[in-house]
Amino acid sequence: MSSHDKLLLAGILTVGLLAAPALAFDFGRPATPAEIKLWDIDVGPDGKGLPDGSGTAVLGKQVFADNCAACHGDNGQGGIKDRLAGGQGTLASNTPVKTVGSFWPYATTLYDYIHRAMPYPTPGSLSTDETYAVTAYILSLNGIIPADGKVDKDSLPRIRMPNRDGFIPQPEFDPAKLFRRK
Amino acid sequence: MTSKMPIESSIDLLPRPAHVSRRGFVGGLSAGILGAVASEAAGAETLADVPDRGPGADLGAHSERSRFVKLDRIPEATPGKRNVDPGDAINSKTPHQKLVGNITPTDLHYERSHSGVPDIDPAQHRLLIHGLVSKPLVFSVEDLKRMPSVTRVVFIECTGNGWENWKKADPDVTVQNTHGLVSTNEWTGVPLKFLIDLVARDKSANWMLAEGGDGAGVDRSIPLTDEIMNEAFVAYGQNGEPLRPAHGFPIRLVMPGFEGNLNIKWLRRLKFGNEPWMTRWETARYTQLLASGKARQFQLRMETNSVITQPSGMMQIQPGYIRISGLAWSGHGKIAKVEVSTDGAKTWKQAQLAQPVLSRAQVRFQMDWVWDGKPTKIVSRSIDEQGNVQPDRQAFIAAMGTNALFHYNAQQTWSIDETGRVRNVLA
Ligand code: HEC
Repeated sequence: MSSHDKLLLAGILTVGLLAAPALAFDFGRPATPAEIKLWDIDVGPDGKGLPDGSGTAVLGKQVFADNCAACHGDNGQGGIKDRLAGGQGTLASNTPVKTVGSFWPYATTLYDYIHRAMPYPTPGSLSTDETYAVTAYILSLNGIIPADGKVDKDSLPRIRMPNRDGFIPQPEFDPAKLFRRK
Repeated sequence: MTSKMPIESSIDLLPRPAHVSRRGFVGGLSAGILGAVASEAAGAETLADVPDRGPGADLGAHSERSRFVKLDRIPEATPGKRNVDPGDAINSKTPHQKLVGNITPTDLHYERSHSGVPDIDPAQHRLLIHGLVSKPLVFSVEDLKRMPSVTRVVFIECTGNGWENWKKADPDVTVQNTHGLVSTNEWTGVPLKFLIDLVARDKSANWMLAEGGDGAGVDRSIPLTDEIMNEAFVAYGQNGEPLRPAHGFPIRLVMPGFEGNLNIKWLRRLKFGNEPWMTRWETARYTQLLASGKARQFQLRMETNSVITQPSGMMQIQPGYIRISGLAWSGHGKIAKVEVSTDGAKTWKQAQLAQPVLSRAQVRFQMDWVWDGKPTKIVSRSIDEQGNVQPDRQAFIAAMGTNALFHYNAQQTWSIDETGRVRNVLA
């Protein structure tokens, strides 16, 4: 540790870690709204973070065939990687099949995950509308929206996934109770 | 082989019992070293046979393992999918059967990556901290290194550790296969609290999203409890050097005692909010399906656990003195006690713990045993400072069912047959 750092540390300890704001801009630099927007990709269950745009399951079928089927199979089943459709009614059996249709509690998570992580070799390569479309297609494969259905930032958070009530929070970290004490 | 002192004697913390012959002593020990030192069997018979001394190799810029020592992780996929093509592997496991002490060698620390290991230039890496804060900031790795730091020895454990044994026990597996998804390293970095104060978090912001810079952009929601606020840190150092790429170079979150997946690697964004984001990893992936068909969510803490590593699966022992050794750990704090049974969980004896015992770090335990050559089963159980006892398999499965896939911490039993073969069994 350099003597400069030692001085700095001593300063922080004097002021106390909680009262460090005087030092704030000694570290890092302010983030601009434009650059935050570039990275701020997360989508919450209430739909916060979903972009403008929309996509239909019909268009999504083509997006899926072109970008996803090689790994996930023609109808989201029978591929070399994760199965994306079917499995409803199997969760209490000895061989549960966890898919978007049987297990995922929020449709918003599907948009978020495809946008951040898929297609596996080139994440982020689909346009917003293509991402909505392939999201719609996977939902339609699971009978959650009709084969000619469409999704956008308003409809996606309103979709009730079949397994929405399938989760029991561990009491210690139950979001409904945590931080509500005071 | 019987005349050469095995290398493990260097960590022999226990006096040899007087009643055990030297022959029995060495015979028993061979269980632990066969795997580690392949050349042992070709050992010298008399001191005259020991090769002459002489000048050795040039001094190098860094040192390598002896050519007589072979230590490797093994890349694997989901339960039962072993010996996979590296391209299909989703994790790589620590060879606990060949290791001693408490600390995992850096290159043997287990790894679970969701989209391979990114090749990140630290000069171009940035950490963005934003959301419900008054001052969103961007930090470089150098910024972080200039800040006050903490250094801690902690275990990190994949919630999939132990997942080979949920439904059945394949007899032909090693402890690397069954328990290779936990490791202990020393990590150095900046307290999360310090960063949070710099950006001036809103009081209402009790949840934090941590996101990685890998292809998958792995992200998890973290509740900012007092405990997590006091313990979590953003690490840039691992066992005294910069992080290895497999473990998050240049920076990762370290969450002592919590799910491995929360220790976000290649960290590039922390965002503050007031409820969880329900990411794929905290809904579809790291939740535990119970027998009822409902899944337990936000089971974030890793449980009290232990496993005997020597002797363990696929080893061969001989009658006589055996030093039983293993590792214990708990996400709740320090290990208070480890007990070992050599009669299939009928009676238990307290094992010795290697000091110092650290909170949320693996600790080595050891116990003397003289094997009489009769078939038996050996098993360990740990108890932590909060009084949590590692459950036996029957009680554990009664509570969790066999579909949970993650958070397996039932006691691990190894059976020993009359020929001394050690095998994986359920209980
Ligand atoms: C090269 C193979 C590959 C391609 C192409 C691919 N994926 Fe994936 N996908 C994967 C792998 C591997 C995983 C599992 C990753 C993990 O577990 O972290 C996955 C997981 C998923 C999941 C999560 C499954 C679950 O239940 O957790 C979804 C949804 C998904 N992919 C959708 C898509 C979509 C949509 C496309 C096309 C736009 C696509 N994938 C293209 C390999 C691929």
